[in-house]
Amino acid sequence: MSAAVSVPVRTPARRRRRSVTLTAGCVLAGLIVALAVVSLVWLPYPPSDVSGGRLAGPGGGHLLGTDKLGRDLFTQLMIGARIALAVGCGAVALGGILGVATGLAAGFATRWLDDAIAAALDILIAFPVLLVAMLLVAAQGASLVSAIVAIGLGSSAVVARLTRVLVKRVLAQDFVTAARTSGTSWPRIVLEHVLPNVWPTLVVNLALQLGVAVLAEASLSYLGLGAPPPNESWGRMLQEAQATVLTAPLGAIAPGVLLILLVIGVNLIADGLRDVADPTRRRSR
Amino acid sequence: MSLLTVSGLSVHAPDGRALVRDLSFAIGPGDRLGLIGESGSGKSLTALAIMGLLPAGMTVSGSVLLDTPGLPASEVVGAPARLLNRLRGRAVTAVFQEPLTALDPLMRVGRQVAGPLRRWRGLRGAALREATLAALAEVRLTDPERIARAYPHEISGGQRQRVAIAMALACRPALLIADEPTTALDVSVQADVLSLLANLIAAHGMSLLFITHDLAVVAGVTDRVLVMRDGTAVESGTVRDIVTAPRAPYTRDLVNSARTFDAALDRRKP
Amino acid sequence: MSNAILEARDVHFGYRHSAPVLAGVSFAVRPGRSMALVGESGAGKTTLLRLLLGLARPGSGAILFDGRELDLGDRARRLEFRRGVQTVFQDPYSSLDPRQRVSRIVAEPLRSLGLGPAAVDRDAPRADRRAEIRQRVAAALDSVGLPADAADRYPHEFSGGQRQRIAIARAVVCEPRVLLADEPVSALDVTTRVRIVDLLGELTRERGLTVVMVSHDLGVVATLCEDIAVLERGRIVEQGGIDAVLGSPTHPYTRRLIASAPRLPAAR
Repeated sequence: MSAAVSVPVRTPARRRRRSVTLTAGCVLAGLIVALAVVSLVWLPYPPSDVSGGRLAGPGGGHLLGTDKLGRDLFTQLMIGARIALAVGCGAVALGGILGVATGLAAGFATRWLDDAIAAALDILIAFPVLLVAMLLVAAQGASLVSAIVAIGLGSSAVVARLTRVLVKRVLAQDFVTAARTSGTSWPRIVLEHVLPNVWPTLVVNLALQLGVAVLAEASLSYLGLGAPPPNESWGRMLQEAQATVLTAPLGAIAPGVLLILLVIGVNLIADGLRDVADPTRRRSR
Repeated sequence: MSLLTVSGLSVHAPDGRALVRDLSFAIGPGDRLGLIGESGSGKSLTALAIMGLLPAGMTVSGSVLLDTPGLPASEVVGAPARLLNRLRGRAVTAVFQEPLTALDPLMRVGRQVAGPLRRWRGLRGAALREATLAALAEVRLTDPERIARAYPHEISGGQRQRVAIAMALACRPALLIADEPTTALDVSVQADVLSLLANLIAAHGMSLLFITHDLAVVAGVTDRVLVMRDGTAVESGTVRDIVTAPRAPYTRDLVNSARTFDAALDRRKP
Repeated sequence: MSNAILEARDVHFGYRHSAPVLAGVSFAVRPGRSMALVGESGAGKTTLLRLLLGLARPGSGAILFDGRELDLGDRARRLEFRRGVQTVFQDPYSSLDPRQRVSRIVAEPLRSLGLGPAAVDRDAPRADRRAEIRQRVAAALDSVGLPADAADRYPHEFSGGQRQRIAIARAVVCEPRVLLADEPVSALDVTTRVRIVDLLGELTRERGLTVVMVSHDLGVVATLCEDIAVLERGRIVEQGGIDAVLGSPTHPYTRRLIASAPRLPAAR
């Protein structure tokens, strides 16, 4: 009997270290999420209440003042947070599911099919999201759903391209061949070997896509292509506050600041995830 | 008068771990020294330290003194980049394990070999072209013109390694460091490349530092051997002594393992 | 030839518009006689291995298992083949899924191929099956010289040699009859090499395993194998008992391979 080989205990120190960026990101993004969640059960004023007097400054019952129609700014911001997250998460979910599915298909496809998919993805990525949104709006009319679909499609192409490369890399590994010779079926190989190895990198990318989606939604609303009132998005608030930016600046600054906080928060989360996730798996040689 | 004197060389990783500890050895003119060790022994890091090529973040202490004809004796540890650039190529050059990554994939082979020739011998034009072809012929590449025109991926692994050797020898260095130069090659090509190396070293009176994990290979190409383990020297001596009468237990283990496979080949002879 | 476990009969393999990778390859693996497939890069060893594993189909000719042509479409025969023939790969850093624990890695053949006819019934309660799987995994780890607590660890916590042991444990857990090893020790240090080759030898003796080892290292195969087939550019140029072939080689390529193997100076 071979002598038992002793196994060195080596817990990588990096995994233990709490990621400061992750925490910071969670705090920032968490702020906005809190606003959105609270808005579902409580708002300072009903959204269509115009009793406040137009473009009033902070005070007199309105934390941040009112907009040009007399609506409470703070209420509008909370609703906007809800919209931003709904569209952002919805688009990323759509993009993620569509993108991963397409990427998987491309990763497994034969040469010519894979080339065709890759070319199609490149074309889709070349299309500006706003252009796609405009086409959709022209067809379907502006709505929350059309915003989610447009942004989701754009996002899916990027996710698909990344997934395709990651899947190919995993499929080239010997442990996939080992799974085949162990009798594991392809669907189970995808579930148990491919996806878990692709996931860490993918989740970082999805977090970044969330930031992109939120900004895209704000741009769409700014251009009037996003959700129509009463779903006041930050982008629309920015557009409406444009004319009065010098006399009542808070109307433009407030949504802008929240937008920045959310996007930075999400990007920090993505960075933090990258630290915490995979690459402690270094070769020992 | 030693060409290379390494005294108390220590290399530490960014996190403080000692990768090479208090290593000392010397190579004289015409000497052929083998550095034997398994993975993690620090032998490749030693080679990089001698050339001042350690990756950023590592700390080096101790002394590496290069005293080659035509150049003032220089300390490599802590030397500024300008001094190191003058040393590399003229005092010491290296050939590494992976010929595919040693050559620029986007540049024709001839141009890559011409690089050091132009720089060190100041050759231009027709003289440069001739010297390039001569360098390729010297490493026994048949049809040097075709090789010179080719890109690295168009020639075989063995040919690429010969090109790498040609580039290393172009400047006639005093010391050649070869780090596992034949490990990535097929065994029949390996024998040829090793004999080529041995002949060229002898012909030009160079010194050789040959790094490998393969005892049989080092036995054919060097006179003395230094056995490394976990960053320190375990034993040193002539090849004959190390292979026939190893003293340290680790060396004995190494030799016995190598003998097991070697002996299996013998048993088969009628 | 009739008692060959694994056999290649006049196998051809190639891609369109390029030279054939394998041409007219025929050899037989006999139970109890470990075989070496030796050749350099470009000889077609990897392709041959893939064909022997049923991962690709020969252009012409056949691969036979237990005298019958491989038929992986038939579920029962596929299971029987996979249970009977397992493999160990060259790169210990790519053959283990870095996201799975060792216990899961080693148990995979059991989960996918079933526990075998003599084991706990498929309809038995899950707890029983899980217990049996755990036990078999522990036994496999023990047989390759790894401690039981290795099962809860991840691959990156192990060295190259230990990872190869894990790969071997995975390969033997369903008690195969043939182990196809693709350069199993070339990525390892020489002292580790000896230990792994010893382990393989032990497994052949104790479990009646037949090893088919693909390698370019004659010393390694000479230590372990009884038969040898030499491949050059897709063809078998010489084959037979390893003593005969290495002792008195007839083909010039075989002679060149033997002559090129670096040798130690004689002891004393």
